[in-house]
Amino acid sequence: MEITVQHAQELRLTAEEFELIKQKLGRTPNFTELCIFSAMWSEHCSYKNSIKWLKTLPREGGRMLVAAGEENAGLMDMGGGYGVVFKIESHNHPSAIEPFQGAATGVGGIQRDIFTMGARPIASLNSLRFGNLKDKKTQRLMAGIVHGIGHYGNCFGVPTVAGEVYFEDCYHTNPLVNAMSVGIVDTKRTVSATAEGKGNPIFFVGSATGKDGIGGASFASANITEESTEELPAVQVGDPFQEKKLLEACLEVLKTDAVVGMQDMGAAGIICSTAEMSAKGGVGMHIDLEKVPTRQKNMKAWELLLSESQERMLLVAHKGQESKIIEVFEKWDLPCSEIGYVTDDGQLKFYMNGELEADVPAEELVLGGGAPQYEREYTRPAYLDKISAFDQQSIEDLADNNALKQGAEQLIQLPNIASKRWITVQYDSMVGTANTQTNAPSDAAVVLAKGTGKALAVTTDCNSRYVYADPFVGAEIAVAEAARNIVCSGGEPIGVTNCLNFGNPYDPEVYYQFVKAVQGMGEACRKFNTPVTGGNVSFYNQNPTGPVYPTPTIGMVGILDDINNKMSLDYKKAGDKIYLIGRPKNDIGSSEYLHKLHKVEFSNVPAFDLEEEYNLQQAVAALIKEKLVASAHDISEGGLMITLLEKGFNRNLGFDVSATTDIRQDAFWFGEAQSRVVVSVPAAAAEALEAALKVASVDFSLLGTVTDAAVTVDGHAWGDIREWKEKYDTAIEKMIAEN
Amino acid sequence: MTYHVQINVMPLKDLLDPQGKAVMGGLVNLGIKSVNDIRIGKHITLEIEAESAEAAKQIAETTATKLLANPVMEFFEIEVVG
Amino acid sequence: MKFGVVVFPGSNCDHDMLDALQNDLNKEVRALWHKDKSLDGFTTEDCIVLPGGFSFGDYLRCGAIARFSPMMQSVIEFAAKGGKVLGVCNGFQILCESHLLPGVLTMNAHRQFVCKNNYLKTPGGEPLLIPVAHGDGRFQADEKTLDELEANNQVLFYYCDEQGNVVESANPNGAVRNIAGIRNKEGNVFGMMPHPERAVSATLGNEDGKKVFELLGLL
Repeated sequence: MEITVQHAQELRLTAEEFELIKQKLGRTPNFTELCIFSAMWSEHCSYKNSIKWLKTLPREGGRMLVAAGEENAGLMDMGGGYGVVFKIESHNHPSAIEPFQGAATGVGGIQRDIFTMGARPIASLNSLRFGNLKDKKTQRLMAGIVHGIGHYGNCFGVPTVAGEVYFEDCYHTNPLVNAMSVGIVDTKRTVSATAEGKGNPIFFVGSATGKDGIGGASFASANITEESTEELPAVQVGDPFQEKKLLEACLEVLKTDAVVGMQDMGAAGIICSTAEMSAKGGVGMHIDLEKVPTRQKNMKAWELLLSESQERMLLVAHKGQESKIIEVFEKWDLPCSEIGYVTDDGQLKFYMNGELEADVPAEELVLGGGAPQYEREYTRPAYLDKISAFDQQSIEDLADNNALKQGAEQLIQLPNIASKRWITVQYDSMVGTANTQTNAPSDAAVVLAKGTGKALAVTTDCNSRYVYADPFVGAEIAVAEAARNIVCSGGEPIGVTNCLNFGNPYDPEVYYQFVKAVQGMGEACRKFNTPVTGGNVSFYNQNPTGPVYPTPTIGMVGILDDINNKMSLDYKKAGDKIYLIGRPKNDIGSSEYLHKLHKVEFSNVPAFDLEEEYNLQQAVAALIKEKLVASAHDISEGGLMITLLEKGFNRNLGFDVSATTDIRQDAFWFGEAQSRVVVSVPAAAAEALEAALKVASVDFSLLGTVTDAAVTVDGHAWGDIREWKEKYDTAIEKMIAEN
Repeated sequence: MTYHVQINVMPLKDLLDPQGKAVMGGLVNLGIKSVNDIRIGKHITLEIEAESAEAAKQIAETTATKLLANPVMEFFEIEVVG
Repeated sequence: MKFGVVVFPGSNCDHDMLDALQNDLNKEVRALWHKDKSLDGFTTEDCIVLPGGFSFGDYLRCGAIARFSPMMQSVIEFAAKGGKVLGVCNGFQILCESHLLPGVLTMNAHRQFVCKNNYLKTPGGEPLLIPVAHGDGRFQADEKTLDELEANNQVLFYYCDEQGNVVESANPNGAVRNIAGIRNKEGNVFGMMPHPERAVSATLGNEDGKKVFELLGLL
């Protein structure tokens, strides 16, 4: 049957793209080839609607060892011959369909991106967003997703050390699941996702291939080939045990020097890995598809090419070294099959039992090669007028200390602020014996990079309500907060990976959010000298009621050359002085207080100035390095009051503090203006701290004193810190139990 | 009248069953090499108060559809045993 | 005393155990691959450790498939000759499946994985803070076995609170009688759900695990 534009459209290619394909091939593609283009030119593989703007981000410099997008994950220099490999990726849509397996395979996919570069993953993070926690559906989704992340990560054996969880109504139908992994590699042992050397053998290793994740193409196939579709599983099942073996086998095989290049199979499985590896090396491949180990019988060429079965790798070896490869995978009881060889004509030729099924130029399939790139229109969203119209004078300030106390009690129990322990205890956070958070919490997780003598500080951050209020400034804040968390933990921020979760890019108002957020992110990343090493874009997080908040999640990595430079967030002993570093601001915009307690949907982004933030971070970094503070914790959701309380929980220490200005009470205690950090210091060292802060010319004020357990605010007794901790720890558990 | 109903919940035919696969590996360690495939599901027994076997089956069907099996990943078979 | 740490496919605390024994406890230690059989070089004065993790993915029942690995046959013989064997977490599950220890480890009562620091009551000593991390750590046995275990002082550790009280609220998994770890009658095979190897480093801020190795006579 002749392939027409209708078939192309069924496979989500446009009429223009179909013309382009015919032009590039010099003929009409057959069905298998059309499937190949459809997969490779999808948003997921080609970034066709986003790449123009992604290119404006700082993508090189600093400690980067490979340019952004060149490899499966970012690689940065740690010094001493070691590199850190990291990346964040979304698995939003699969998690909405099947929370457990969707989240599990998301974790599996991101781990493969790390070890396919020769690195051993040492830390996982995740950034999750759900609808209202009071809703039963949200609770089910959360339980499934958390269970899935734990199931995969715990078994795979990489600790989940940090992350964030937010609950906002806009995520009700579209939860976000962003998973990040961080690994360590000997820079002499990294492996590239490239194919080189005519005649070199190509190996398929890992799990057998089934008809997973090819639903869309299969329906099109039914129409085109007039065969009936079978019921295809819409869900991919993750097997962390298989992946653990794959990890060990891959790292072992790399020690043999038999490997030319390696790439994992994620989206668009075999076709994507063969195309990208070939294009990168400027070569072609001859692949005999019948040699691919399969889980199901009678799989067709296009099914094999598109399948997204998990836990698989493509590996190019040096000719003559085949036995070394086979030996390692046999040791680990993993399928390993030689499926073809490298050619020098740039063509990908896929054969099935000797018959040529597809013949396409690799270069034309990939991003940066022949894949199309689009400029989309964008217009300023109408809702931003409502945001500009907000005036905080319309909200009455808290009447007295009692109202302040009640506000604090409500805030500490909001799901966005309360302890996430119901979630975090389900993750193995300690395997690897490298996570220093367990016994000494800090703003970013500080993880030992064993063997290197150094440690890494890692965090994910994005307050999407800020981004909604002002996409440019909100994205700047996401980067700034990530950097602040790392600085407060004693680390030096070195690089970023991003996960850009947005609605439909064909909606100009959504695309405006995307463009502005990328611009703001770029601005901040340049300021902090944290280049963007890669990441992923997830569009279409949208349902008939509208898109999710624009959510450009920032994953940031920092380095500690000396673990003794680590700073924890908690008060150390009664009698220590508590200081606010940074300026109090008369601003309640976009705070949890304003949004949740006053139910204000539209308000300004919190006060933020990039220069001020940078200076603050420089000052705090210096204080920590000079050992002038005993604890440091930044101010974020819930404002100063929540920061003061959180600092007390680890050691059951209270505080006696008073407001230092006459701005609105709610702004002083609950406002979320940026660029502020609370530190504590032994009384005897307070003078030295003040002197250093004056030299740094950063605003600061003495808030009060750490106490044995009593909480006192503006002279009023607020009870024991343990009562506050109990509320904080159990709020989410109670909400779940009530249902 | 009380009916005993048995429900087998199994992973969908074409879905990967990691557990079955791992158990296959274990059998090889035991020296048993003649087993071609293993798929592992759940066997559930119910005691149902109903007016007829047909009605009991209906109730079992509802429990399986709504709760016992996840249709995205599993199918089930029902047998009324008496 | 030398140590051997058995590596099963799916073990993921093997490196932690090797690291702890070698670098924090200054012991001679060797990794043992599950497909090998040889324990040459080990005498009954030495100790074989079955580390934590998810051997064979924890599929079917935790530890059920690992039990049939070739190395386990040697470990069972080694234990019968009086050699010391320590199983931690998944290793404990393997020891129970191998019948080197009585009882069974079932799914946590709250049906969720749990990872946190938990206090352990030790024979005569102060409570130790040791991490737990498991989905199937609920120790169970029949009453007669339990009575025997306690009568023979075979229960090594109970879950307890900070003050050393053995109370239900300090039990992370619903284990019967708060049992966290046991030994066999002969006193050469030890199994425990908590991870002492995760608490032997000053850098991580907890060295209570060293006292666990000491109590077991393995230092």
